Amino acid sequence: MAIVTPMKTPAETSLEGAFARLRDTLPGAAAERRAAFARYAERGLPHRRVEEWKYTDLRAALRDAAPLAERPAAVPAGAPDLGAPRFLIANGHVLSAPASLPAGVTAVSLREALTAGHPALSALGDPLAAGNAAVELNTAFMTDGIILTVESGVTVTEPLHLAFVNEGSQPFATAARVLVMVGGGASVTLLETHQGPAGVAYQPNTMVEIVAGDGARVDHARLNGEGDAAIVLSSLSLRLGRETELTSVNGVFGAALSRHQVFATFAGESAKASINGLALLSRTQHADSTLVVDHAEPGGESRELFRTVVDDEAAGVFQGKIIVRQKAQKTDGRMMSGALLLGEASAMYNKPELEIFADDVACAHGATCGALDEDLLFYLMARGLPKPEAEALLLQAFVGEVVETVSNEAMREVLTGRIESWLKARAAR
Amino acid sequence: MIEIRNLVVEIEGQRILDGLNLTVKDGEVAAIMGPNGSGKSTLSYVVAGREDYEVLDGEVLLNGENILEMAPDERAAAGVFLAFQYPLEIPGVGTMTFLKAAMNAQRRHRGEPELATADFMKRVNNAAEGLGISKDMLKRALNVGFSGGEKKRMEILQMALLQPAFCILDETDSGLDIDALKIVADGVNALRSPDRSFLVITHYQRLLNHIVPDTVHVMAKGRIVKSGGKELALELEANGYADYRNLAA
Repeated sequence: MAIVTPMKTPAETSLEGAFARLRDTLPGAAAERRAAFARYAERGLPHRRVEEWKYTDLRAALRDAAPLAERPAAVPAGAPDLGAPRFLIANGHVLSAPASLPAGVTAVSLREALTAGHPALSALGDPLAAGNAAVELNTAFMTDGIILTVESGVTVTEPLHLAFVNEGSQPFATAARVLVMVGGGASVTLLETHQGPAGVAYQPNTMVEIVAGDGARVDHARLNGEGDAAIVLSSLSLRLGRETELTSVNGVFGAALSRHQVFATFAGESAKASINGLALLSRTQHADSTLVVDHAEPGGESRELFRTVVDDEAAGVFQGKIIVRQKAQKTDGRMMSGALLLGEASAMYNKPELEIFADDVACAHGATCGALDEDLLFYLMARGLPKPEAEALLLQAFVGEVVETVSNEAMREVLTGRIESWLKARAAR
Repeated sequence: MIEIRNLVVEIEGQRILDGLNLTVKDGEVAAIMGPNGSGKSTLSYVVAGREDYEVLDGEVLLNGENILEMAPDERAAAGVFLAFQYPLEIPGVGTMTFLKAAMNAQRRHRGEPELATADFMKRVNNAAEGLGISKDMLKRALNVGFSGGEKKRMEILQMALLQPAFCILDETDSGLDIDALKIVADGVNALRSPDRSFLVITHYQRLLNHIVPDTVHVMAKGRIVKSGGKELALELEANGYADYRNLAA
């Protein structure tokens, strides 16, 4: 009898070798790491015949798996200053934490927690993301990160900044993990920035988990400002208690290939979440936004607004799935993805999905793709705006609608600045 | 002065303008009247530089310079202004942002320095006041949620700020009630000057009671078929266009 062994790619072989070598030296959670790696290894790296990865063929993109980065000796420069207490996570290792934290907020490094044990660790891991290759690999390899706890009832006025900085001249991989436990009725703003060197095909794989207690309020915004050759995986897990309100916005500018996955579970009644994103893509960039929104309890409200601008031969992907469980009556879900294609060879793949098992719900989704409106361009040009300027104004307005959903002003400015430089670079070409 | 000479224009193989000739002198207000489909709006778009049209022959000279090869923004900087029949709504683009971008783009084009914010604000506020444009309207996205009358007033505001040499008003009266019509007409009349000329396109005599033209031209089948003084508009109002449809054939 012939034994069929699926052929492993060099990247898959490297990942196996790396895990075998490192599993006893990585901090703690040995059993969880092994289980996660085994779940990953069942199917290997996902490729285009795996439905959830149809438009982002990770197996083809990841020629080889780069070695896991060591903790950098020096503090890399260049993380943006958002005027907020900042955690610096370099190449997947926590380099610094704010000297003092706002009242009601505590933080411990994940490495420390995994080594010494920590009560919050039981919350690590999202069942909705089980079997997802990026998530399982992050769990298998997680090097360090932060466990942040916001006490119940505390309103944290200062935003907290998680600055992920990558540095290196040769390809490397990172696996940082952040867990944020927001107590009932507490309120907090989280800002994430990601950056790294240009021209280096480094491979960050980060995961942020936010567990929001009943009545909590969380504003989250994220900037992907990674280097132009990076292959970036990021996962965001959101677990919402009763009557929580959460917003999350992701702005994509960097990376050769990026996939940002959001797993949102409405675990309590009447929770509200708005999950938005914008992306400005050029050259041969590929950016994937994949969402799974699981309404498990009644009365939830979810809103998704994604805006993608695709130039040159770049490609954008939006996959959004809303699940409404039988119990989740009176769910109100609306998902919208819009794309502007600027180049002849620009591409956008939109895949909205609804899985509804309850009968009293309001769910809608929509997807649009198109060129810039010629009538609007003519109107602006007839008032004296040169074509590049007229286009820039319309593009800025298009993605600006998403920027406006970011509550933090400093982050809005950072995103607006990135948009402006992208548009300037485009006009100069 | 604008001179249109033997302008022949097609769109998708269909001839819309068929050897049109028209001269509007400095300081002159010329009205063009004509039945639906005579090519009035096409004329305005072709002069402003819209791309969908194929110009087969002719010239459009603005102060002796043929503008037909220019992009719409270059024509604007040279002094052409089209007040749109249906001004467009531009979500996400603030009215003030747009006004400033337009004014500064034209200034840059002419080699003039950009306006200081205070100077810009003063100009906008002065012009807006005369047109009954509220501060709230100026704060909103351009034309978004504006009524028909508000949109037309916003067009005239732009005209006042950009100070063009040649203004085309494409059915600016359409969709306006009598009060709004008067505000718009007063705005236009305030801009009349010896070195600025206007082309007022309209179906109806009514607008011309408020913006009194120096000359009136009847357009049919892509040509000017009759020209005269302001009394020609009254004659058209009384008799309709029937006589002229045949003239063009």
